[in-house]
Amino acid sequence: MTDTTEKAAVKTAAGAASTAPSPAPAPRGTRVWRGVTPWLFLIAPLALLITFTYAPVANMLAYSLTDWDGVSPELRYIGAENYAEIFTREDLFRVFFVSGYYLAASAVQIVAALYFATILSFNVRFRNFFKGVLFFPYLINGVAIGFVFLYFFQDGGTLDSVLNLFGVETEHAWLGTPVSANTSLAGVSVWRYLGLNFVLFLGAIQSIPGELYEAAELDGANRWHQFRYIIAPGIKPVLTLTVILSISGSLSVFEVPYIMTGGATGTETFVIQTVNLAFRFGKTGLASAAAVVLLLIILLVTWIQRRLVPDDKVDLV
Amino acid sequence: MTRRTVARTLVYLSLIAATVVVLLPLLVVLLTSLKSEKEMADASGALSLPDNLLNFHNYVAAFRDGEMLSAFANTAIILLVSVGGTVLIGSMTAYAIDRFTFRLRKLVVALFLIAALVPGVTTQVATFQIVNSFGMFDSLWAPIALYMGTDIVSIYIFLQFVRSIPVSLDESARLDGANAFTIYRKIIFPLLKPAIATVVIVKGITVYNDFYIPFLYMPSEDLGVISTSLFRFRGPYAAHWEVISAGAILVILPTLVVFLSLQRFIYNGFMRGATR
Repeated sequence: MTDTTEKAAVKTAAGAASTAPSPAPAPRGTRVWRGVTPWLFLIAPLALLITFTYAPVANMLAYSLTDWDGVSPELRYIGAENYAEIFTREDLFRVFFVSGYYLAASAVQIVAALYFATILSFNVRFRNFFKGVLFFPYLINGVAIGFVFLYFFQDGGTLDSVLNLFGVETEHAWLGTPVSANTSLAGVSVWRYLGLNFVLFLGAIQSIPGELYEAAELDGANRWHQFRYIIAPGIKPVLTLTVILSISGSLSVFEVPYIMTGGATGTETFVIQTVNLAFRFGKTGLASAAAVVLLLIILLVTWIQRRLVPDDKVDLV
Repeated sequence: MTRRTVARTLVYLSLIAATVVVLLPLLVVLLTSLKSEKEMADASGALSLPDNLLNFHNYVAAFRDGEMLSAFANTAIILLVSVGGTVLIGSMTAYAIDRFTFRLRKLVVALFLIAALVPGVTTQVATFQIVNSFGMFDSLWAPIALYMGTDIVSIYIFLQFVRSIPVSLDESARLDGANAFTIYRKIIFPLLKPAIATVVIVKGITVYNDFYIPFLYMPSEDLGVISTSLFRFRGPYAAHWEVISAGAILVILPTLVVFLSLQRFIYNGFMRGATR
């Protein structure tokens, strides 16, 4: 470790010293030192970045072209067969439809978050209490949420008891059929993530200068006009970001369905399937191909977002 | 009633409805955690109050048999090391990128920038093999290394703050004979306090709640963190909702305390983390 560190440092130092811009004729020692310094700060972060982000991506691309099982020393190059399998085998492709439930749920979630952010940006009593209540679920441990809602949807659990109070008798197993189970799970996801969207929207709305509302009110604008012409344009960047996050989020759902149903009764999501393929059925090659597909979709979606909202905050250079 | 009052009433009604939807599932679990096995068997309904509001029997069971104590200890170790490491790595990277001009700087920046787009869930298939080849599988080092090594968001947060620190401070220190490390340690790092607070809170909560990485990399029972230990309640307590509920409440309680005491920082932190 130390050996490579030094070597790398020496190498870059040599490179930097020869081309370093020299504002003042500093002594040679100082110049070399100045060239090495940033790399001394960067060596550990870069090593971690390459080991745990770039090396896996590269390996994943390589595995996806093989039939490797993850353990045996032998692996065979099989070209694009894995990719063909993902898009042609109906049972593998089905997980994309499950994402549809979460995508629909995200739409509901964004509208609800927008509504609550708007009303809580005006003067409302107990504002901080409501804000806290809406946001808190986002901070709760996913396993705890899974258990809370397993009990919620159980026969004779919270939901059935509440319905009973209103005189509705149900013999319905909420997690019993694919449609009902996926809807329930997507509902849990709204419960969990609404708070983050809400706080993001609220922050964006509150950063709009208050005089704008006053001026609008003088001009006779009502609440709807204020929303339409002041708030909506003001939060557009955050809204786009949220939509993008929701799309990639809907594709990479894992925790709540894995904890609550383990992917049974048609609730298997893309990530659950990939994890099962790789770590349960020893199909590392196929799982890698699936992961590459997901990665490409997410990169595509992000690229679209960057095109839609040229965000100057992101550019570091 | 005027239209205005009607609108106001509807607004409050919707807020109250939302509050009920958020709190009811949690409240019912809290009530369940205080019931005895017998009360559960009598099936008086999920909404009924427990006979004895101070019946902490299930919490004792969850703590003792569910190995929650060692789970909290493991989580604490992982949390301390990885959050400390993230702060160091993030601030060092931000300092080097913002304060130095060197060859390949653009490439380094691009590497971090692009890495932020790669979602961790997708690459675990291959990350697993790398972690395994280092012999870190089934040890606390696996999550620590992954949490430290794959956090680009905190680098963004630090970078924003380093930029806001005037370069003249560095310059005057350099004139006094300070080298780059002294400047980082004595000037930049102390001035980064707000950013450090943000990163510690956001990262801390994320690590505390993470299930995926410990589940994948630490299957041994004595290496359980709170997420995985709670997840294991499913087997032995499958029908004992009172114990599972107690476990869930035990896990939620620290989060609630942190949230109530650090509210403002938490809102700001997550806003900054998400919009970066």
